[in-house]
Amino acid sequence: MKARIKFRKYGALRFIGHLDVMRFFQKVMRRADIPIAFTGGYSPHMIMSFASPLGIGLSSDGEYFDIELREAVNSTDAVRRMNEACVEGIEVVSMKQIAEEKKMTGMTILAGADYLVSLKKGALPQDWKASFAAFMEQPEIRIVKQTKRSEKEVDIRPLIDRWEIRGEDIFLQLAAGSSQNLKPDLVMEAFCRYLDVSCDDAAFGYHRLEMYADAGEDGRRELVTLESLGWDME
Amino acid sequence: MKIEKPARYIGGEVNSVMKDKEKVDIRFAMCFPDVYEIGMSHLGIQILYDMFNRREDVWCERVYSPWTDLDKVMREENIPLFALESQDPVKEFDFLGITIQFEMCYTNILQILDLSGIPIYAADRTEESPIVIGGGPCAYNPEPLAAFFDIFYIGEGETAYDELLDAYKEWKASGGSRTEFLERAAQIEGLYVPMFYDAEYASDGTLKSFSPNNPHAPATVKKQVVTDVTDAPYPLAPVVPFIKATQDRVVLEIQRGCIRGCRFCQAGMIYRPTRERNVEKLKEYARAMLRNTGHEEISLSSLSSSDYSELKELVLFLIGEFKDKGINISLPSLRIDAFSLDVMSRVQDIRKSSLTFAPEAGSQRMRNVINKGLTEEDIIDGAGQAFEGGWSKVKLYFMLGLPTETEEDMKEIARLSDRVARRYYEIPKEERHGKCQITASSSFFVPKPFTPFQWASMCTAEEYMEKAAVVKKEFQEQLNRKSLKYNWHDERLTVLEGVMARGDRRVGRVIEEAYRLGCLFDSWTESFRSDLWMQAFENTGVDTAFYNLRERKEDELFPWDFIDIGVSRDFLYREWQRALAEEVTPNCRMQCSGCGAAKFGGGVCYEGKN
Repeated sequence: MKARIKFRKYGALRFIGHLDVMRFFQKVMRRADIPIAFTGGYSPHMIMSFASPLGIGLSSDGEYFDIELREAVNSTDAVRRMNEACVEGIEVVSMKQIAEEKKMTGMTILAGADYLVSLKKGALPQDWKASFAAFMEQPEIRIVKQTKRSEKEVDIRPLIDRWEIRGEDIFLQLAAGSSQNLKPDLVMEAFCRYLDVSCDDAAFGYHRLEMYADAGEDGRRELVTLESLGWDME
Repeated sequence: MKIEKPARYIGGEVNSVMKDKEKVDIRFAMCFPDVYEIGMSHLGIQILYDMFNRREDVWCERVYSPWTDLDKVMREENIPLFALESQDPVKEFDFLGITIQFEMCYTNILQILDLSGIPIYAADRTEESPIVIGGGPCAYNPEPLAAFFDIFYIGEGETAYDELLDAYKEWKASGGSRTEFLERAAQIEGLYVPMFYDAEYASDGTLKSFSPNNPHAPATVKKQVVTDVTDAPYPLAPVVPFIKATQDRVVLEIQRGCIRGCRFCQAGMIYRPTRERNVEKLKEYARAMLRNTGHEEISLSSLSSSDYSELKELVLFLIGEFKDKGINISLPSLRIDAFSLDVMSRVQDIRKSSLTFAPEAGSQRMRNVINKGLTEEDIIDGAGQAFEGGWSKVKLYFMLGLPTETEEDMKEIARLSDRVARRYYEIPKEERHGKCQITASSSFFVPKPFTPFQWASMCTAEEYMEKAAVVKKEFQEQLNRKSLKYNWHDERLTVLEGVMARGDRRVGRVIEEAYRLGCLFDSWTESFRSDLWMQAFENTGVDTAFYNLRERKEDELFPWDFIDIGVSRDFLYREWQRALAEEVTPNCRMQCSGCGAAKFGGGVCYEGKN
């Protein structure tokens, strides 16, 4: 039986890298006595897969991983037990049963993610809000994407599904997943270049809000949260 | 600002202890002066952290050495060193406790003091500074560090800390002076306050006299020992690091001390008498600790696990109880025999794992000198059984530069390794799995205080290199050289370690100078600066040869002689003479040799006598 766990990551724990978060949850499973299934072989490991690694320094309200259960658990009870086994900075939000099909794992179906970008005071010129709108009005936004072996120029504008100014923050809905993936820092980098200002890493804070699958048909994009694809276990 | 592994500094781990600082009387910063991943792997700190935090009036927090990247930032931006739990500056604490596990961390201790904003000399501290207290194996010769510490705790931490903390509370309430508190501390058994003692040197440089200059300080400081380790506090919910620590598992300390009496081994002498923990208690601990940490591995800790009398019972329990729950069971320091091979084959992948032997010396003559009760027959038979059981990788540990060592003894390291390989190739080709891999490593011997070899001379760095070259060459002449690999340690570190291990108060200036010149993380190859250390010796006029290159006379007063470890100096000297005569001394269970540790009233000295 498969289950999907949604969690938040905040505060100082945003400095814990992806691999360490995985190790953290493996230990949570043991401390909370969740009947997670193991692979076979000489060194069995827990069947657990994360939808999308979160970079070091980012906080999030919508992180996901899927696990295989040996037996059913009560969702409410399991969430409570996991939270008792967690620390300040990581909070389990929900645990839902999900479909058994292999192609339905969070990693495979991931299609989009929401981010909130906060700006350090004075990092950008005062009229940045208007500039950002103009920046987004461009027919294309070309950036140079570094890969391990080469660099190539890509247009990231189609990968930005939605955007809006929320108070002093910028909301971005970006393509995510194995086929198309855009990180919010690349958008901000491009914006800085557009403004012709130099920005160091510390100028922006990144917060992931949610992750989505594409439930649309006939090429029509319709994002639904990864959480909504599961159902509570009684 | 880019800091490697920021998780080293954030605290907040599972089982870390948070308290309200307004509601405690004493704030204790417990420090391991190395990077987080090393320090978090240390059992002793976990024991004390748990023990202190059980007291409602104490909040114990942890401090580790900031890596060189953060060190730089802290200096540039004047950020004071902070404890992990509260993130408060160490300077505001009542105590700074530093565990001193190896000699090559001494410059890191000065970094801790310096970054904390605490004067590095105890004499310069006022009532505003924390009390700086040191402990751990290197505290058995605290003299090179004497000027930097207010107090050293000699021995096992479980016994005298409560008394010290109570005394501190009383003193704090009374509003007395720092000296008054230290005078009170000096009267607690096991505590050494260096500033209350004077050292005088003779014209030949040796120690002439060492005596208290304060009426409250005793002439002899007695090592602290937990009589019954079963009743001692044990951390059932140790802190679980977010990032991978060197020791990322549940650790069960099954016993303290070692019955073997190897003459080079300091732990074998200072932790006497050998004391075992009750096996039923250990089973309870294993269950509780795995549940409380969520670790996927459990390991046994002791100097020689095979000598634990209930080993079989314990290991079979661990396998039976946890193997099916995906828990790895790790069994270090096991003697290779039929039982250990059987259990190892059940808990690890034979093809991938390697067997470890520590013959320490290549020839039987040399092994008699060091009293290593492992014969060539034991090694070849053990390896043979292992090879037949499917293993093909063997690690062998040796020491070079041991007292009385001849060229023949050195060459035997290569020849013994070859004989192990030959034993492998005796197995019919169709039954073995390809080639065997024998990896021999040698370290250079460093004489330690409170061992029979404390009188011995060391060699120069050049001589060490020559010795390694002799062994290397001999390896190339072996029949199975293609199955053999030989590594040796950095000889420059050995020389330094020698000076620190048996140094006196005059060495303190060298440590300070080395630190000022930029030495830090000396035990890390990438940051060890031998050139700066040599510069420090030159600048301070301290000669390494005085400490390393002379055999000491029978009656020479040693800097550490004011400490009473229970094992008598007479016994150690007797052992030194027996070593030179190549005579073996039986282990504690075979026959008591009257070392003196029986006066502690427990452990192996009284087995079968009740």
